[in-house]
Amino acid sequence: MSERTIELEVLRYRPEQDSEPWFQTYKVSCPEEWVVLDALNYVKDELDRTLSYRWSCHMFVCGSCGMVIDGEPKLACKAFLRDYGNRIRIEPLANFPIERDLVIVMDDFMEKLESVKPYLIPKEEKSIDQGEYLQTPAQLKAYKQYSMCINCMLCYSACPQYGLAPEFIGPAALALAHRYNMDSRDVGRKAREDTVASHEGIWECSFVGACSEVCPKSVDPAGAIQQVKLTSAIDYFTSWLPGGGSR
Amino acid sequence: MDTVTTDIAIVGAGGAGLRAAIAVAEADPKVSVLLVSKVYPMRSHTCAAEGGAAGVIKSDDSLDYHFNDTVTGADWLADQDAVELFVNEIPRELTLLEHWGCPWSRESGGQVAVRPFGGMKIMRTWYAADKTGFHMLHTLFQTSLKFPSIKRLDEHFGVDLLVDDGRCHGLTAMEVRTGQMKMIKAKAVIIASGGAGRIFAFTTNGAIKTGDGMAMAYRAGVPLKDMEFVQYHPTGLPGSGILLTEGCRGEGGFLLNKDHYRYLQDYGLGPAEDKPRLKAMELGPRDRLSQAFYHESKKGRTVETKWGDVVYLDMRHLGEKLIDERLPLVRDLARSYVNADPVTDLVPVRPVVHYMMGGIHTDINAATSIDGLYAAGECACVTINGANRLGSNSLGELLVFGARAGRFAVEHARTAKTAGDIIEKQAAESEGRIKALFRRSKGKERVATLRNELTSSMEDGCGIYRTEETLRSTCDTITDLRARYQDLALEDHSNVFNTDLYQALELGCMIEVAHTVAQSALERKESRGAHQRLDHEARDDANYLKHSMAYYNPNGDPRIDYADVVITKSQPAARVYGGNAA
Repeated sequence: MSERTIELEVLRYRPEQDSEPWFQTYKVSCPEEWVVLDALNYVKDELDRTLSYRWSCHMFVCGSCGMVIDGEPKLACKAFLRDYGNRIRIEPLANFPIERDLVIVMDDFMEKLESVKPYLIPKEEKSIDQGEYLQTPAQLKAYKQYSMCINCMLCYSACPQYGLAPEFIGPAALALAHRYNMDSRDVGRKAREDTVASHEGIWECSFVGACSEVCPKSVDPAGAIQQVKLTSAIDYFTSWLPGGGSR
Repeated sequence: MDTVTTDIAIVGAGGAGLRAAIAVAEADPKVSVLLVSKVYPMRSHTCAAEGGAAGVIKSDDSLDYHFNDTVTGADWLADQDAVELFVNEIPRELTLLEHWGCPWSRESGGQVAVRPFGGMKIMRTWYAADKTGFHMLHTLFQTSLKFPSIKRLDEHFGVDLLVDDGRCHGLTAMEVRTGQMKMIKAKAVIIASGGAGRIFAFTTNGAIKTGDGMAMAYRAGVPLKDMEFVQYHPTGLPGSGILLTEGCRGEGGFLLNKDHYRYLQDYGLGPAEDKPRLKAMELGPRDRLSQAFYHESKKGRTVETKWGDVVYLDMRHLGEKLIDERLPLVRDLARSYVNADPVTDLVPVRPVVHYMMGGIHTDINAATSIDGLYAAGECACVTINGANRLGSNSLGELLVFGARAGRFAVEHARTAKTAGDIIEKQAAESEGRIKALFRRSKGKERVATLRNELTSSMEDGCGIYRTEETLRSTCDTITDLRARYQDLALEDHSNVFNTDLYQALELGCMIEVAHTVAQSALERKESRGAHQRLDHEARDDANYLKHSMAYYNPNGDPRIDYADVVITKSQPAARVYGGNAA
């Protein structure tokens, strides 16, 4: 198979040495079937041991290797060289502090993910001897899509709102909350509402939809957020009806 | 050096580590537990498991069937007390995962669905489409967030165990973000760090699977058991080594040679029928299928590619609807990586290193030979897998033995003694070792060079078929690499997220673990399960119905000793698959 020389312009930033980020260009002869991650691994092994980035599974499922490739948030293991020209610009995910080179600080994301109570809150605890909760394929389908998030954070990199208002809980965490809300075994929507339906939650989203466009797993966080907005709005208005709850 | 104190430290935050942490929290919320992992939990390689987890729940099934399938699959090298316990406990564990929200695929009535898997007599593999490990991992991680007693040190690389007078009192770990070493004092430590597939050149395993936890226990004196048993999964994508789940064959996929002939019928696995027959043909065990590929290749009946010989996985007759519903990741991967759509095209595949049957020697309570040190998951060897693991038993294993490790660690922590000052000294030595490695800039050797030599030598010498000659050659290479590792130079000297150092630490672990694989294989002069010797073709129960135990020797080859296999109710017999399978 054919090879082609590609120039990788990689953002470098080592906080102990560099006062600000800069770009380093590596020339790599790449087989056409490679992904960007393969080219980075070649650089790391053969050209420059000092380049740092995260990766592991190489099969779109561990979520480690999110980066901005030619301006677009991508998994480096899913960015095929055949789709790029002879010069590729590689930067860390946007909207996060750079820890070093292509590695971002993800503390904020982890806190937000944990804040939405992303676990099943059942009506009543079942003992193991009572067996499984029944859930039909249709009930499974109602939330399955939202359970596919690999926490790669491409959606946070693409989200203009997260860039402007860092307190925004953001697409993946809201989609995860929605995943549990939509699960027929779960009754935790109210418990999640304090976070999800707060100012920093769904109402911060301006529905640009960039999150869903870049999602490598078709989770559609934008759709999830719109659905949550709708149910929360209905809750809000019904709370003002006679006997409509205690908001 | 900063010191962190916890009741129980867990090295690794994948399936086994998270399950252990939850078991601790449920047993006693006052016991503090700290997950120490070199990656964030959801990056752990459990996420890459595709096909499913076996557990008896259907009325046509029985615990004895699962027991017999597992023991036969293991070529009788599994400990039968462990297997019995495993098959008993796993249905409850899988149900617990269901209660925690795992999105298991369902039957129309809402019950959990099961699919066929290789070497299993009955359909009993629970699955979540073809992302079972991913969903289990995320369910466990998200569930772990409910428990305030579970804390984490994400991106902390476990380095050395702290052991005083035969008791484990914690470990040292390097914070990747700062390069700083920390001393983690604990009353008990559970290693749940996963396997070591990366010691081979061609593997399904992610970059992180470098055997760090195995090496940590091994250097502290715990034997690594049955390391020569390395599982080649029959269906990896050429080039990348990406796994295509056994579920492809469970759902009815065929394996074809270059003449589009279902060659497995020539290797005692027939009859070749249109519908999947359990324990036959494509639903035979992984060792037999990978071995059949080897012979087919020798006969010139495979297809040559630049990535090595391949056969074809044919799923075209399954139809788009079924493939999209049950094998969506497989479709995505095959289209993206080899430009073959399983709906319309044959998908090229070849055997690929997938799983280590061997690991840290433990008893059925997940306890090691060091007091207060436990191990569970792929890094451990109980052993339920013996000489060949059946597909869909490993996700169950990490639950059952992860949970047991957690519960027994809690018991141990109640009676733990105070450590002597010696552990402070050990921690300082550990820090000194890492600092010396970090500063080393003068050596002649590079990480990538040594790693490439190691992985290709393992592939050449410890592959599907082995001989005295290939194994000796690999052992010699490893001895040489061990010496050259001492002459390693690092090119990156910054403290923040230094992956040159991180990979150097991994390489040190890989070399030690690889040494135990090659040496154990050299000394096992028989063929059993995944360990096939062209120069000793028969199974030899008289001499080798035993576990290999590799002990660390800082100055030479690992010392190989042997331990008895526990046999309770199934006497060793011939492994029969195909039309005559029991």
